[in-house]
Amino acid sequence: MPETKPVLMQGNEACAAGAINAGVRFYAGYPITPSTEVAEQMAARLPEIGGVFIQMEDEIASMAAVIGASIGGMRTLTATSGPGFSLKQENLGYAIMAEIPCVVVNVQRMGPSTGVPTAPAQGDVMQARWGTHGDHPIIVFCPASVYESYYLTIAAVNLSQKLRQPIIVLLDEVIGHMREKVLIPEGKLMVERSSDKDVPADYKPYDEKGIAPLVPFGFGHYYHVTGLFHDQYGFPTGDPPQVERALDRIHEKLEKYRDEIILTNYIGHKEPRVAVVAYGCTVRSARSVVKKAYWQNRLPVGLLSLQTVWPFPAKEIEALAKKADVIIVPEMNMGQLVGEVERHACGEARVVPLNRYDGEMISPDQISDEVGRWL
Amino acid sequence: MEQLTQDFLRTKKLPHIWCPGCGNGIVTAALVRAIDRTGFDQKDVVIVSGIGCSSRAAGYLNFNTLHTTHGRALAFATGLKMARPELKLFVIMGDGDCSAIGGNHFIHSARRNIDLNAIIVNNHIYGMTGGQHSPLTPAGKKATTAPRGTLEPSFDLLELARGAGATFGARGNAAQPRQLEQLIIRAAKHKGFSVIEALSPCPIAYGRRNKLGGAVDMLRDMKEKSISIERAADMDETDLEDRTINGVLYSVDAPEYAEAYYHSIGKDIG
Repeated sequence: MPETKPVLMQGNEACAAGAINAGVRFYAGYPITPSTEVAEQMAARLPEIGGVFIQMEDEIASMAAVIGASIGGMRTLTATSGPGFSLKQENLGYAIMAEIPCVVVNVQRMGPSTGVPTAPAQGDVMQARWGTHGDHPIIVFCPASVYESYYLTIAAVNLSQKLRQPIIVLLDEVIGHMREKVLIPEGKLMVERSSDKDVPADYKPYDEKGIAPLVPFGFGHYYHVTGLFHDQYGFPTGDPPQVERALDRIHEKLEKYRDEIILTNYIGHKEPRVAVVAYGCTVRSARSVVKKAYWQNRLPVGLLSLQTVWPFPAKEIEALAKKADVIIVPEMNMGQLVGEVERHACGEARVVPLNRYDGEMISPDQISDEVGRWL
Repeated sequence: MEQLTQDFLRTKKLPHIWCPGCGNGIVTAALVRAIDRTGFDQKDVVIVSGIGCSSRAAGYLNFNTLHTTHGRALAFATGLKMARPELKLFVIMGDGDCSAIGGNHFIHSARRNIDLNAIIVNNHIYGMTGGQHSPLTPAGKKATTAPRGTLEPSFDLLELARGAGATFGARGNAAQPRQLEQLIIRAAKHKGFSVIEALSPCPIAYGRRNKLGGAVDMLRDMKEKSISIERAADMDETDLEDRTINGVLYSVDAPEYAEAYYHSIGKDIG
C-alpha cells in the first residue's frame, strides 16, 4: 500500500484530484453549477503538470473535444450538471459506439430543465442509463462520500481505458460540495493500459475477438473512426449480421468484466428482515439509520449501497430479495432505480419506494420511520 | 497520380457514395494532391469530418480519419489538436454542417485561431437528406423545405470567419480544381485557423430544383462567375454583382492557440 496522507477536501475537488492521479491530462468543459469546481481545479492544476485545460464554447463541444483528445492518446475527463449532461448525450453515444475512453462527471442538481440549480437531487439516474439514443452499454458510478468521489473517479478513468468505454461518475450536489477527510496516497493510482506498442501491422481497432488497444492517431495505423456501425477496421457497414454482431460485442465486454464493474457494499444483519438499497448522498442517511438499528439495537436491518448503479447490480438485488422481506429504496427523485430493484427482486421481497423531490436530502428520520413501519 | 491514388486513397472503399455530377470527388482529389504537395508525413495527417455527403470523404482517404457527429467536427478536431499539436488536421464539412448546426464551433475555432484547416464544401444545400435549404443557400433559391424559395439571407462564410478571428480565408471551386489545390496548400502552410470555402455543384438536390441545368452547366456557370481577388480589386460593385470572388481573401499573422497554450505551460511544440 502506498503511504497516505489525510486531506480535507470537497467532493468536486476530490473528483478532480482523483482524475489527475489516474493520469487524466486533458479536460474540456463548460461552466455549470454545481460542477464548476471540477473545472476550476483542472484549470489550476493541469497546466502545472503539462496537461491541457480548455473551456469550450458549449457542453456539446466539450464532449467532442474530450473524445478528440482521447483519440490523440490522452486520458480525458469532462464535468457538468443536468442541463449540460443533456447536451452531452449525442457525443456520449458517439464515444460508446466508437469505443473511445473518457469520463463524464454529472454533478446532479434538481431538475427538470433549469430546475433548482443549487439544490441536490438524484433525478438523472435514468438519463445516465438511457440519455443517448439507441441500445447502448453504459457504466455509471455513484459516489456516496468525498472519499468515494476520489476513488471511484480513479476507478472510472482506469476502467474506461481498459474497456474502451465511456464511464459516467454521477455525483450529486451534496457530495460535490461537502467537505470531508480523504486519504490521498503518495504515488499514482494509474493502471497502464494494454501495450499500444505491440500492435500487428494488420491492426483492427474493433477486433471481434475482444478489446483491441486504441492506438492513438499519428502513429501510422490509418484506421477510421465513426459513429456509424463499422467493421473491425472502423469502416461503415450496414450489413445486418455485422451490425448485430457489433452491437452485441460492445455489450458483451461489460458482461465479461462485470465483476470489476459492479461495486456494492453491504452492512448490517446477515439475514435482514428490512433492507435499504441506496446510492449517492442518500447512502449517508441510510447508513446512520442502519448503524443505529443494527449495531446498537441488533434489529434485523441492512443496507446495500450501490457504488455502481449501471449496469444494474441485478445479482446482488436478487440475493438480497431472497433474504429480506422488505426492500426500501430511498431516492431523491420520483422513483427511478426502484423499478429496477423491483424487477430484480422478482416478487421475493416487497419493494417500497421512499422519495423526496423538494431539493432537500432524505433525512435519517424519514428512513428510520419507513424502516420502523416494516419491522 | 496513380501513386497518389495508391497511397492516399482507400481504393478498396471505392466506388464512393456520391451522385453522378457531384463535386465532392473533385474537391477530395484537390485535397489529396494538396496534402501530397505540402510534403507532410502521411502519419501526421488527420482528416476530420462532420456529417453529410462531403464528410463521407474521410472514409475514402488513407490517413487517420475521424468521421464525427453533425456539426461537431471542429470541436473534435480542437480536442485532438490540443492533445497532439504536431498533427496536421484537415476538417471537411458541408455548408449546413459547418454554418448551421456547427456554427458555434466554427466561430469559436476562428476566435481561438487554432491551427486547423477547415474545408467547407459548399453546395448550397443539404444533399444527404434530399435538398433542404442551409444558411448558405442564396435567398430566393428553392429547396424541399423552401418550395417557394427561401426568404432567409445567406451567410458570407468567409466574412463571418474573418469577423470571428480567422486568420486565413480563401474561396475556390470544383470547376477550377488546380486553383483549389493551391489554396489548400496555402491554408495548410498557414499557422492559425484557415477557412477554405470550396463551391461545389449538387445537380441532383439543388441544381434540378432550381433549374440550373446538369453538372456540366453548373460547373460552367461556376467558372464563368468566378473572378480572382486580384482582378476584382479593380472592379466596382456593380461589375461584381453576381460574381464570386476567388483566391486568398485574407491571410494575416496572429498568435495560434495550441502553440500559445503550450508556450504558456513551458512546452515548445516547434
